[in-house]
Amino acid sequence: MKQYVIIGNGIAAAGCIEGIRSTDKDSKIIVVSEEKYPVYCRPLISYYLEGKTDLVKMNYRSSDYYEKMDCEVIYGHKAVKINKDSKEIILDDEKVIAYDAVCVASGSSPFVPPFAGLDTVEKKFSFMTIDDTLALEAAIDKNSKVLIIGAGLIGLKCAEGLKERVAEITVCDLANRVLSSILDDECAAMMQKNLEENGISFMLGDSAERFEKNTALMNSGKTVEFDVLVLAVGVRANTSLVKDAGGDVNRGIIINDKMETTIPNVYSAGDCTEGNDISLGANRVLAILPNAYMQGKCAGINMAGGDSIFDNAIPMNSIGFFGLHAMTAGSYFKENEGGEMYEEKGAGTLKRLFTRDGLLTGYILIGNTARAGIYTSLIRERTPLSSINFDLLKKDTTFAAFSRESRINKFGGAV
Amino acid sequence: MKRVYANEKWCLGCRLCEYNCAFANSGEVNMVKALKGKPIFPRIHVDGDESINFAVSCRHCKDPLCVKSCISGALSIKDGVICIDHNKCVGCLTCILVCPYGAVSEGKNGVVQKCELCLENSCGEPACVKGCPNNAIVYEER
Repeated sequence: MKQYVIIGNGIAAAGCIEGIRSTDKDSKIIVVSEEKYPVYCRPLISYYLEGKTDLVKMNYRSSDYYEKMDCEVIYGHKAVKINKDSKEIILDDEKVIAYDAVCVASGSSPFVPPFAGLDTVEKKFSFMTIDDTLALEAAIDKNSKVLIIGAGLIGLKCAEGLKERVAEITVCDLANRVLSSILDDECAAMMQKNLEENGISFMLGDSAERFEKNTALMNSGKTVEFDVLVLAVGVRANTSLVKDAGGDVNRGIIINDKMETTIPNVYSAGDCTEGNDISLGANRVLAILPNAYMQGKCAGINMAGGDSIFDNAIPMNSIGFFGLHAMTAGSYFKENEGGEMYEEKGAGTLKRLFTRDGLLTGYILIGNTARAGIYTSLIRERTPLSSINFDLLKKDTTFAAFSRESRINKFGGAV
Repeated sequence: MKRVYANEKWCLGCRLCEYNCAFANSGEVNMVKALKGKPIFPRIHVDGDESINFAVSCRHCKDPLCVKSCISGALSIKDGVICIDHNKCVGCLTCILVCPYGAVSEGKNGVVQKCELCLENSCGEPACVKGCPNNAIVYEER
């Protein structure tokens, strides 16, 4: 019998639990959960505000999940130290837990820049957790004016979630476009236009210089009056546990294809990690839910003595606002980096496929996203474009672009 | 486990499977009432070009990317069948982003739909297979 410890109780932790149990049905699993909730679907907090889900439906797994998985969950406490020599975790109440293998799935935390006067703002919120969401919900009413700092995925989903429940929403960002981490200028402009048509106001290339109670004084000299402030500037990977224990850490905890950190018996998964992005050929923090689950599962299998590798992580996002969907994946290399772009534009639709060295490396699809996974799979599998009819496939996501033989492989048996 | 397999040699591209699928999952008892003059929502899709046709539906993968990527916990595996809880789905379309077979699609009411082998509707076995005039889709163990 072994004892496994999982630090964190998000999607990566669930993947880890399921990975361990696929390999080892008997050993003890202890989950340390800082939040006082069973694992929930974090990206659904905006859908909760919008009324598209509720707190019960947001549970990621069934109500008897931990029982079925035979896990002990310690709620409301956080791990403060990994003692790698004695193989022990120390919690914030000084409790000591021994481990044979531990998975650090500590996630990320909102990054709040040191805005002058932020302490004078009464109603200010991050937007990461259920508790943030419930506090934000309690602070708004139909007359509220909301200022959101950050036009990334979190800030904009928050804006969409709040839209029907408040009077005004303004989103500002230092970047000169929305969703700057996943969209280029033209695609961002298309999404921004749709958001504006749905009543969201933007101040881009501008951010708060300081706050005076309910007023934001912007870098541009403008002022914004607000009742409620949402801080969605960005997130930082929670790396300190591994860093303090002497493990390699960059912007995230460094992991290899087995989800091992540089400390023996210490694994890591999810938003706290930094691993290889195969579309980029370099390390990157890939803080997205699918990777969290797949990394967690891989870590769990390996912790339990199995043999698992997760070696085709790429960034990928499906994000919609007010009915307009965008999907993005991989890396977009420019011409001077050896990349090429194929583009199609239609009424309310845009497709950009990025290729380099005979591979699809990334794409942006707006409006028409049907069967996008066929493109995603070309990136993840590093399919040589010479092996398919890419001229056909770039226009239409059809398996007619694949050889008959590869179709038989794909569709002829159990996969 | 039994799955739906297409035999492209026999497929006429008639799309009857799409109509039978949409009908079986419509909840209606009359095909005309279910489909005529309405947008239809089949979970099987006839793919191909001038020379070849074949029907594509969920492969019910053993290690499904869609289930692992689902942000709402709506997709799950039950006895090998990949099922969707339409009540939990929020229509984020992440499953469409990742499915390598292009076998998940947007359905009615802003949620996603996929083949569940007609095990959850009144048909009880794949309606696409039952209605295929040329045995170009079969439901069998391989």
